Amino acid sequence: MSILVDRDTQVICQGFTGSQGTLHSEQAIAYGTQLVGGVTPGKGGSTHLDRPVFDTVSGAVAETGATVSVIYVPARFCKDSILEAIDAGIELIVCITEGIPTLDMLIVKDRLDTLGTRLIGPNCPGVITPGECKIGIMPGDIHLPGKVGVVSRSGTLTYEAVKQTTDKGFGQSTCVGIGGDPIPGTHFTDVLALFESDPATEAIVLVGEIGGTAEEEAAAFIADNVTKPVVAYIAGVTAPPGKRMGHAGAIIAGGKGTAAEKYEALEGAGVKTVKSLAEIGDAIGEVMGWD
Amino acid sequence: MNLHEYQAKALFRDFGLPVSQGKAVDTPGEAVEAAKELGGDRWVCKVQVHAGGRGKAGGVRLVDDLDSVRDFATEWLGERLVTVQTDAGGQPVAKIFVEEAANIDRELYLGAVVDRASRRVVVMASTEGGVEIEQVAAETPEKILRAAIDPATGPQPFQGRAMAFSLGLEGKQVNQFADIFVNLVRLFQDLDCSLVEVNPLVVTGDGDVHCLDAKINIDNNALYRQPAVAALRDPSQEDEREAQADEFGLNYVALDGNIGCMVNGAGLAMGTMDLVKLHGGNPANFLDVGGGATEEAVAEAFKIILSDDAVKAVLINIFGGIVSCKIIAEGIIAAVQQVGVKVPVIVRFEGNNAAAGLAALEESGLAIATAASLEDAATQAVAAAGAGS
Repeated sequence: MSILVDRDTQVICQGFTGSQGTLHSEQAIAYGTQLVGGVTPGKGGSTHLDRPVFDTVSGAVAETGATVSVIYVPARFCKDSILEAIDAGIELIVCITEGIPTLDMLIVKDRLDTLGTRLIGPNCPGVITPGECKIGIMPGDIHLPGKVGVVSRSGTLTYEAVKQTTDKGFGQSTCVGIGGDPIPGTHFTDVLALFESDPATEAIVLVGEIGGTAEEEAAAFIADNVTKPVVAYIAGVTAPPGKRMGHAGAIIAGGKGTAAEKYEALEGAGVKTVKSLAEIGDAIGEVMGWD
Repeated sequence: MNLHEYQAKALFRDFGLPVSQGKAVDTPGEAVEAAKELGGDRWVCKVQVHAGGRGKAGGVRLVDDLDSVRDFATEWLGERLVTVQTDAGGQPVAKIFVEEAANIDRELYLGAVVDRASRRVVVMASTEGGVEIEQVAAETPEKILRAAIDPATGPQPFQGRAMAFSLGLEGKQVNQFADIFVNLVRLFQDLDCSLVEVNPLVVTGDGDVHCLDAKINIDNNALYRQPAVAALRDPSQEDEREAQADEFGLNYVALDGNIGCMVNGAGLAMGTMDLVKLHGGNPANFLDVGGGATEEAVAEAFKIILSDDAVKAVLINIFGGIVSCKIIAEGIIAAVQQVGVKVPVIVRFEGNNAAAGLAALEESGLAIATAASLEDAATQAVAAAGAGS
């Protein structure tokens, strides 16, 4: 078991024939992902990476039966691409692209909520169920099928958490990068709920960062709804207030969203927190009694 | 991206928001001409910098004769203004905004931001205008009125009227405020803003609602479709190294420690800084080389880090996902050969092509230390910086 995606998940790729779409689709296919086709307007009817190319998402869905779409199109076209996927009845959209205007995401998020479609990202590494299905840009070989669920706002920090749980031999059930943008499609709380009800997930790693109140919301959710052990790390303890640290999400505004406040909220919810990102794997071993 | 007040006010005018007549000038002579042209016998002179807190720092002055206009401009042009929102060096003053003075009866606050929690553009208003609005929000949140904008309908006059009544506005002011409310959100949406603020929004002696100040921040991700706004960029107000980094797709923020950091990914970059601090060191900067780092960008990143004289050691932490450690290694080698690095360099590679990257560093014969783990890298960097200081 796992969450969101598994060996049977049928995936299409929007932006399939572009450089990013091609590179990461090749890697996904090599990993074993059921990538059944792609969409590039104007190239419908052709073949790319031995898969059919379609002009529209609805055409691809009708022909392949795919339920998941991964998006690699440039930021300025992402609103359109995501709305097209929603309109075509895609159940899970994974958008890797970074740099989407925030006002575009407000419109997209409203549509997602209205129709009940799930979006992972944007500005994220994607989602992977190790050994079964890789959708996104994460290096596949650092993963190991296993029992830790990983959810993170940061790409490379996710890889750190993954590598440590792999090195310890615990492995991962599913890893979800929800992305660092101010308006993500999926929140910590959504993924925590999925991990809580997934039998394959025995422990959860949550990787957050300064800015916004997503970690505080996660803490409140964990206190009421999560029975599985959670280990959390928050990046940005040393970030000076008011300085922008790359992610649009990582802005400390009005004294809210500091790492200290997030740690306090999570500890209050019974979460095991680590102050060093090198200690995530050790902490999981400790709370689970694994070695 | 930030705009100057005079630029923001011109945009306000385009959207039908009531602002005072004023002119931005570069010389004391022009300042006097501007005051004459505006007429009247009282003017407000304001330095134009990308920072709040100008008034308290002496950068805003109410004057009632032309000599005082000239004096203010002479005093400030070419100088730097230090406010609570700038660093110790302050911001350079290249323009003065001369504006007709308004009679103020009441001061209010009006602002709009993207609220992450409700996933809406939210307009905020308060009767406590002009003062430290953040303090008001923290201590008496009930004094902040809020209205969320539905993306489907846009701003509606009824939302503005409700806010106006709650602010205690009356008569013609109610519809004036409702217009300001709607137009402010139109501006926010049409120009891809991340923040628009009017602090203070005033009721004048004549009983009119009027925008006395104007602050606009633009979403950098949307600048490609806002060419007119993008052209308003003032590089003199930006940190030179941060601007230089930006040109190479790097994200750099200067800090006050002595360990230069080069990392891929904003989260990992912050995590690396935290780890340095945890081991007793102090990061000199935040630097995210991004997902698609080229050899050239890495070399540039190196130069930017080393342009800070405080740097006593450089810690490079790369977890290769998309980016190949081999490419980073080649960038490091090129940079070290070009600029001649005199401080210890510690490299930790993991992920995509890590082994090949480390091998390339070894083969280069350059004095670059490699780290076996994250902890090891941080420990080595802190020790190296300590030894060098």
